[in-house]
Amino acid sequence: MADRASVVTANRGSGILGRLRSIAAGREFALGIVLIVMASAMTIASPVFMDVGNLQAILLALSVEATIAVGMMLLLISGGLDLSVGSILGFTGVVTGLALQAHVPIFLAILIGLIAALSVGLINGLLVAKMNINPFITTLGMSITIRGLLLVIAKGRAVLNLPPSFTAIGQGSVLGFQYPIFVMLAVVILGDILLRNSRFFRQSYYIGGNEKAARLSGINVDFVKIANYCIVALLAGVAGILTTARFGTSSVTIGTGVELRVITATIIGGASLNGGEGSVFGAFLGALFMGMVANALNLLGVDAYWQNLVTGLILIIAVLLDVINERRKNRQ
Amino acid sequence: MEEILRTENLSKEFPGVKAVDNVSFSLMKGEILALIGENGAGKSTLSQIIGGVYKPDAGQFFLEGKPAVFSSPSHALEQGISMVFQELSLVGNLSVAENLFANRQPTGRLGNIKWRELLRATTAFLQRFELHLDPRQLVKYLPAGQQQILEVLKAISSNPKVLILDEPTSALTEAETAYLLANIRKLQGEGMSFIYITHKLSEVFQIADQVLVLRDGKFVGKRDIHAVTEQDLVSMMVGREIGNLYGASGKRSEDAYFRVQQLTRDRFFKDISFSLKRGEIIGLAGLIGAGRTQIGRSIFGIDPLDAGQIFLDGEEIHAPEPLSSIENGIAYLTEDRKGLGLFLGMSVRENIVAPSLRRFSGRSGFLDGRRIDRFANEAVEKNSIATPSITKKLNNLSGGNQQKCLIAMWMGINPKVIIFDEPTRGVDVGARADIYQKLRDFAAAGAGVIMISSDLPELIGMCDRILVIHHGRISGEIDRSDFSEERIMAFSAGIEYRPTPNGKEN
Repeated sequence: MADRASVVTANRGSGILGRLRSIAAGREFALGIVLIVMASAMTIASPVFMDVGNLQAILLALSVEATIAVGMMLLLISGGLDLSVGSILGFTGVVTGLALQAHVPIFLAILIGLIAALSVGLINGLLVAKMNINPFITTLGMSITIRGLLLVIAKGRAVLNLPPSFTAIGQGSVLGFQYPIFVMLAVVILGDILLRNSRFFRQSYYIGGNEKAARLSGINVDFVKIANYCIVALLAGVAGILTTARFGTSSVTIGTGVELRVITATIIGGASLNGGEGSVFGAFLGALFMGMVANALNLLGVDAYWQNLVTGLILIIAVLLDVINERRKNRQ
Repeated sequence: MEEILRTENLSKEFPGVKAVDNVSFSLMKGEILALIGENGAGKSTLSQIIGGVYKPDAGQFFLEGKPAVFSSPSHALEQGISMVFQELSLVGNLSVAENLFANRQPTGRLGNIKWRELLRATTAFLQRFELHLDPRQLVKYLPAGQQQILEVLKAISSNPKVLILDEPTSALTEAETAYLLANIRKLQGEGMSFIYITHKLSEVFQIADQVLVLRDGKFVGKRDIHAVTEQDLVSMMVGREIGNLYGASGKRSEDAYFRVQQLTRDRFFKDISFSLKRGEIIGLAGLIGAGRTQIGRSIFGIDPLDAGQIFLDGEEIHAPEPLSSIENGIAYLTEDRKGLGLFLGMSVRENIVAPSLRRFSGRSGFLDGRRIDRFANEAVEKNSIATPSITKKLNNLSGGNQQKCLIAMWMGINPKVIIFDEPTRGVDVGARADIYQKLRDFAAAGAGVIMISSDLPELIGMCDRILVIHHGRISGEIDRSDFSEERIMAFSAGIEYRPTPNGKEN
């Protein structure tokens, strides 16, 4: 029996060393190192980088993307995708803004906005899970539809003159850190804990990893999928309200392109479009990385036009490294 | 011994095949029943009926004396029948613990997973099976064999009354196999019953109490393991007559115009050498997974070769790839016609010309629609494809007609060498005869055919020579005069071949 047992034990990566190795092999670790190196380099290169004001600016700038990225990560893990979050963000902002203009109390106006966001998520989820329509197409169509709807109800104009008690939500600060930063941190921390420890949320890994097997394990696949679309839509709604409050206006174009930046951040943070992998912390690091790149280019006096180019290249390089890594492992 | 499971006249039909035909048997508590038969004999279908994947068309079965009707595999699992599928159901990015206790993790009041409890339960469970794995290890970092073992353990962890294992040792080393079998025997001692599907006869004798043989979906016999020999089982598995469905073998040239030497693809096959004459049909026999398909794919150039040479008409073909193979006149007709062979959502016409589009476009690069129509109509005629028109989508044709389209498609390149992987899989008998005739026609026209097949009567009926592949190597070469199913089966299973004493061998 002894030799038999040893046959079954011999494998790389067990024990403490193995665990350290698997942490080191994770995307979070690599990304963390890159962020530290980048921050160190920037501290040397630019005297203002480490200023509290600059750090606040970085965090505020990425708060919207990072908040939504938490939901997007959950969705990608379960094998889904949502291209409509940018439109949901705009839609929520406009609906809330219009409600406020009609003198609806702030709390109620926010609630109406969030319900609007949630309904879009619910429709997305139902179409994908129950009607089995491809998520890309479903949410692309929904994105165009919702953006169209908000143009119609806002009659193409921005919603202005929002009450100061509402704009305070987006503009107020503690110790110089604006509220949206705290919302983002709360969502990231809570999301990370839930996705690591809650049985409900962990079901998404099984679904994304092997949907058939998940069903056989008794997981209510459809329900989890629908819930995930609702969650990401709700987070986009929260981001929409914060953005509207921050700028004191909800223009019909806000949130345009947010979906691609959010997906980019999650992919850089370790998600796979095939599902089954990723973490909320990774998504946050991905967003932080993008925020820092933008900030660094800015501080170094690089033309703002370069930002997209750099971000695009980084996305491709991140995925390329993954593929190369995977190939090397397979060859072993 | 008390009876745990009994089936009565179970039948299941798929379009064109009676996969399970009137099968009755019983399984006792704490018994290991081996289920054997050739590929396509209905073993997997029978076990999947019991495991809740399929509903039987007729007949019923009883679990502990009560009629059992399962709506799904998870329903069967609740009732105590657990099944390990051939393909893995593990999630690579989750830990050993979370895979074993998929959706059954111990949780607190908030739905939070109690990690310590989960790890403890996993450790205890793994210890019971003397498997010293770290429960936190991600499954994707485990070697294939251990994943396979984990898959079995996952099925065991729900503590079923009956565990169905479908080729559980196909990815295991000898030591791992011994480990698995030892644990199966341990669980048997605790009263668990097993249905054990395998191709490996040696394993049947190692583990089973009873052995049930299926052939063409029919029950051939159930024997006490002590009352049979390997040769008995082989005869039971194959014994049937071969009609002249296959036609007669034609003339062959003397020269070997196509040769492969020492072809090797690491981890798949090694030192494969053979030659082919014009007009010759040779067969590659062996078990599923022995490497036959990989050999075909590598010769055609879908997969890379790590070593070896290929010669066609005296010239070496270096590093083949599909495009150059098509130009050289080498055709590969895949076993997976739905996944790899055909464009099911497209029309008969578009499919038939797919590999030979070049022939139908002039220098301008535009396709000549009328010539394509003429060619497609002729091909439909020549291959007796039953379709109302060449614009019909392939989805709407039967398996046999789809297979004929696959043939028509590759005839368009005027092949000199045809590699045909499972030519009649999922094809009904009528279309089979047409396909065999087609292969005879190619051979008569001077092409060589390499036929990869799991259907022994078909290999024996069609081939001039059969190479048997076992674990990626040629384990035997048999000339037509020495053909027998027993001999092929023996080489396939990697066992010593001994003719039966009564001289039944021809």
